[in-house]
Amino acid sequence: MTRVSMKVDGVVYEDDVEPRRLLTHHLRDGLGRVGTPIGCDTSNCGACTVLIGGESVKSCSVLAVQADGEEITTIQGLSDGDWHPVQKAFQQHHGLQCGYCTPGMILATVDLLKNNPSPTEEEVRHGLEGNLCRCTGYQNIVKAVLSAAAEMRGEQPHPGSFRDADDKTGVSA
Amino acid sequence: MIPAQFDYVAPTSVADAVAALSEAGEDAKVLAGGQSLIPVLRLRLSYPSVLVDLRRVSELRGVREDGNELVIGAMTRHADVITDPLVRQYAALVAEAAGTVADPAVRHRGTFGGALAHADPAGDLAAVALALDAQLVAEGPGGRRSIAAADFFVDYLQTALSPDEVLVEVRLPKLEGQWGVHYEKFNRTAQAWAIVGVAAAVRQENGSIVDARVGLTNMSSTPVRASAVEAALRGTSADGRSIAAAAEHAAEGTNAPSDLAGASDYREHLARILTRRAVSAAAGV
Ligand SMILES: Cc1cc2nc3c(=O)[nH]c(=O)nc-3n(C[C@H](O)[C@H](O)[C@H](O)COP(=O)(O)OP(=O)(O)OC[C@H]3O[C@@H](n4cnc5c(N)ncnc54)[C@H](O)[C@@H]3O)c2cc1C
Repeated sequence: MTRVSMKVDGVVYEDDVEPRRLLTHHLRDGLGRVGTPIGCDTSNCGACTVLIGGESVKSCSVLAVQADGEEITTIQGLSDGDWHPVQKAFQQHHGLQCGYCTPGMILATVDLLKNNPSPTEEEVRHGLEGNLCRCTGYQNIVKAVLSAAAEMRGEQPHPGSFRDADDKTGVSA
Repeated sequence: MIPAQFDYVAPTSVADAVAALSEAGEDAKVLAGGQSLIPVLRLRLSYPSVLVDLRRVSELRGVREDGNELVIGAMTRHADVITDPLVRQYAALVAEAAGTVADPAVRHRGTFGGALAHADPAGDLAAVALALDAQLVAEGPGGRRSIAAADFFVDYLQTALSPDEVLVEVRLPKLEGQWGVHYEKFNRTAQAWAIVGVAAAVRQENGSIVDARVGLTNMSSTPVRASAVEAALRGTSADGRSIAAAAEHAAEGTNAPSDLAGASDYREHLARILTRRAVSAAAGV
């Protein structure tokens, strides 16, 4: 057993973990943060994406011991109270269907927009290439991300507007 | 899936990491970003007794200049390599190829040294290191030694590193001035791994190609140099016809694998096409 301390969604947890324990299992089974789903278990799908120090990582491909001393954000800690603009945009633009990929998709988006507040459609598709969705065909996810980006830049897109994905102005007709 | 049990240490210096490896014997393994090793452990394709995690060894991170060489620390993450100003200036081919590796989440964890030490012939950075004549510096119980990239990649997933050695840094001769570079990769959309990739660097003088380096990804059990292409390029004029003619040699001396992504003759075809594109882009034609 190895002692690890990490701050998850604002709360510091100290635990003894087996070195082989994956971060994703630690979050779900150890800390009860079950908002992080396990998708493919092969590092490909990105459903288990969380933020470590604000950067997206696939939590199935990180050992809990590697997260010692780190600050982790799961979908459950992205905002307290009101939804994060990215969460709102996914709801408004139907950026999900079954919802399984959504926590990872949203956290990957938060990271993407931090580095690139005004992405093009192409950059959104490229930036989310590590997150697979089997329902939506990605169209509405891209719309949601572009809309969230506009809102976070202070451009206030019309709630619920279904803009074309290539309209980067954030202004709906 | 859950890996088999192992012990875990996280030393803070290369010397301590080497000591931990030699103490543990052959079954110990270095853990860098874990983006190749953790999937392998999860599938129980490997049963190390101890993982020696390098995450606290800060001397292994970062990029610096040393005379005519650019030195990239083994634990420098792909995400940091891509944005590093020195890498962009003196080894733009490395930054370009690293930008095609996997996806942002994997690039936040995976390291330059880890990608080379893993030695997957489908990995993008090995062909680049080979094309740029990189020197890989390893430290073991007997001290440090430098291994030329041409000698480092031994076979599929096998390198010249011994089990008690840590890859410390990678030294690349600086390329700037008349050098143009390009990495051309062909992959399926939802899968980042290259079916074939081509790393090209060419130096021009007065409209002629005076020097050329071409490395191939996934055309053998190790990365390979397209030596016949390089020879055909040297001294030719930098135009589309001459480059296309030289690129016809791209598959010579390769031993391309056949798998679900493509048969070997298809890969040979890709190598020729992608070499033409990579060299043309590098030469700016
Ligand atoms: C979904 C996915 C897609 C990917 N797509 C691509 C791609 O398109 N192109 C590509 O090139 N790669 C790809 N990769 C692999 C990625 O580049 C990994 O980051 C890299 O192969 C391993 O780096 P790491 O730091 O994670 O090493 P680890 O996984 O920690 O280690 C890999 C191996 O190298 C050894 N090792 C690592 N560092 C050292 C060292 N300093 N000294 C001695 N031994 C060491 C380890 O013991 C282990 O055997 C992908 C990975 C994933 C999960």
